[in-house]
Amino acid sequence: MVLLTLMAAVTVGVVRLRNLFAVVILGGIYSFLMASVLIVLDAVDVAMTEASVGAGIATVLMLGTLYLTKVEEHRPVHTPLLPLFVAVVTAAVLVYGTYGLPPFGAADTPMHLHVAPYYLAQSIEQTGVPNVVTSVLASYRGYDTLGEVTVIFTAGIGVLLLLKGRRRDGEKGDKA
Amino acid sequence: MRYDTILRIGAKLILPFILLFALYVQFHGDFGPGGGFQAGVVSAAMVILYAIIFGLAAAQRVVPPILVETMVPLGVLIYAGVGVAAMLLGGDYLNYSVLLHDPVHGQEFGILLVEIGVLVTVAGTMTAIFYTFVGRGR
Repeated sequence: MVLLTLMAAVTVGVVRLRNLFAVVILGGIYSFLMASVLIVLDAVDVAMTEASVGAGIATVLMLGTLYLTKVEEHRPVHTPLLPLFVAVVTAAVLVYGTYGLPPFGAADTPMHLHVAPYYLAQSIEQTGVPNVVTSVLASYRGYDTLGEVTVIFTAGIGVLLLLKGRRRDGEKGDKA
Repeated sequence: MRYDTILRIGAKLILPFILLFALYVQFHGDFGPGGGFQAGVVSAAMVILYAIIFGLAAAQRVVPPILVETMVPLGVLIYAGVGVAAMLLGGDYLNYSVLLHDPVHGQEFGILLVEIGVLVTVAGTMTAIFYTFVGRGR
């Protein structure tokens, strides 16, 4: 609860501040708080990813981007009423949707009765790996992880193509 | 910042331990939290810290951009290659049981290989993106 309150405070700070440097740092703090929440939820693998990617790499990349652009955000041109309305309605729908979810931690939900018991029971026998997260990710759901790696690959290639290619064009333009 | 003694010495002290932690996360992922993805990000963070403290040129001497850009597709190839190898050995695609004499050992071995593939791609991609972002500033 304390963590969630802090996260809400950080979010308000992100919205109110115009200095993008502070916003980026607050984003990093938000990621660390999120990682702490995930640890409280016993999702240590996800927490580790959130801390290293969300708070580490993403913050550094945002700072690198700020170095290339301006640090101050412009005043908004439109009034934020319509986006605010859309956001409030979406949030209301999401909160309404949570009432349809089973209670938190319930073990007899459809999600936990499908293939999860099989994985939990068979993981050590079939793969010899005590960490079920690893065995599900890499073996039982190997296709999905291959897809994820391909997504990262595609993202990296995309960034390289966009950023590197344009600089070369600019150099040509300068010479001509 | 590049000439700040405390930062330089501190970074030098901490860099090997970051890499060690990345390797621990990578190879201990079978038993504790972690795996290829997290290890890749941590090792990329090590390169980024080095680049921030000692400058981009020094970092690119240690980890050349061409190596980083090769790592991006190499990891996917390792991952997909493990699948193809399993297929050639008579199993299903990405079913590691046939990789070694014993199905359980085969699974462990396959997971290890696949995680290395994930590590290579993630570390390569993160470092490559950082290099291009920072390189544009000059």
